[in-house]
Amino acid sequence: MATPTRISASEITEKVSHLCMDANFNLNEDVLDALRDSYEEEGSPVAKEVFAELLENAKIARECQMPMCQDTGVAVVFVEIGENIEIVGGRLYDAINEGVREGYKKGFLRKSMVKDPLNRINTGDNTPAIIHTEFTSENYLKITFMAKGGGCENMSRLAMLTPADGKAGVINFVVETVKIARANPCPPIIVGVGIGGTFDYAALLAKKSLLRPLGTKHADPDTADLEKEMLERINNSGIGAQGLGGWITAMAVHVERYPCHIASLPVAVNIECHAHRVKTVVLGNFQ
Amino acid sequence: MSNLIHLRTPLTDNDVVNLRIGDRVLVSGIIYTARDAAHKRLVELIDAGKELPFDILDQIIYYVGPSPARPGRPIGSCGPTTSYRMDVYTPKLLAKGLKATIGKGNRSEAVIEALKQHKAIYFAATGGAAALLANAVKKAEIVAYEDLGAEAIMRLEVEDFPVVVANDIYGNDLFREGVAKYERK
Repeated sequence: MATPTRISASEITEKVSHLCMDANFNLNEDVLDALRDSYEEEGSPVAKEVFAELLENAKIARECQMPMCQDTGVAVVFVEIGENIEIVGGRLYDAINEGVREGYKKGFLRKSMVKDPLNRINTGDNTPAIIHTEFTSENYLKITFMAKGGGCENMSRLAMLTPADGKAGVINFVVETVKIARANPCPPIIVGVGIGGTFDYAALLAKKSLLRPLGTKHADPDTADLEKEMLERINNSGIGAQGLGGWITAMAVHVERYPCHIASLPVAVNIECHAHRVKTVVLGNFQ
Repeated sequence: MSNLIHLRTPLTDNDVVNLRIGDRVLVSGIIYTARDAAHKRLVELIDAGKELPFDILDQIIYYVGPSPARPGRPIGSCGPTTSYRMDVYTPKLLAKGLKATIGKGNRSEAVIEALKQHKAIYFAATGGAAALLANAVKKAEIVAYEDLGAEAIMRLEVEDFPVVVANDIYGNDLFREGVAKYERK
């Protein structure tokens, strides 16, 4: 066994704290590009004005280092950890949660987590983060932070379709989900779709699909075609930016597929608002 | 085609009769914030026949729960929250003379009917444009329910706060008509 690569818990905390603020203040270039393209393409004057406001908003948020949206989200954290990585001076999940605690305090971000879904007492520091971990053979620790807003998360849906429902059934469910959501998830949206796996895994696939940069094509041509068809059907709805009517309801549809049981066809739709806040850091030995 | 209109609060009947869905409006003056928990309390006061903590006659309520303000700034980021959660309370406030609400997303039939009946407006602000909207807020002070934290009622002094008329006093609904116009079958 090779000598482990050591990463300190305090470094993880510091990086996560920074990611929380960076994600909420500085919209990524791929999202800005998508908003600029949408501004050019949109036919409705009211919706066009919404795109202009969103671009101006992103600029102000960056310049003033203030959150682009007051709902600074649930902290969703994706971890890829090399099997040869050793965390020293603390535990990985504790270090991540400490980073969220620190970032939300220092960045004047809103704390939106409650201790219990029924008793509804705020935890006061936006923890716990929702953490998904994957082991890899790489020699690094990759942490991707996503600030996920409540409005769009609430409009997400999952169905256990039958194999006979097939592709048409999946597309109809995705389009129907967006139509039910209407203005509520803050369109223009990004639609994450997970097809296959199990009940729980489909939802994770849907969320993970959102991490792919906007404007990139899926590596699998069949899935890329499926994304294109779904996007067209969604944008035929006329819902438009903020639900005020327009040609662009979604800026992208991302699909991930996975093997599943012979009896099952799970499909999960995770809706993301235009304030698509994702930032990544890589720690350890890497090229 | 949409017009750009400047309005100053409190609003008059004269202000609202001229507004049509799709009109862009820049609001200046005082607006009050309230969301779920504050609405519940306001309507409980109305039901009990008690006085409200501020005079809502001809005023505007904005549905918002801001992020914390940085030192030296009047308010944190403050984009609208989703309006349908307030639908159950809104008709009672309109009956008390509230002249407009600001939020995001469409309203119920009952609210649209109450807007017509009481000659009031529903404005949509851009959800997620929270830093831009914060820049239009010049002063903020808590007027009631400080215990509710981000949900306390605040009195905001705004200048050219950008909104669009989503429901006018004639029963028109931009959410319905706008979508119908751009839908492709």
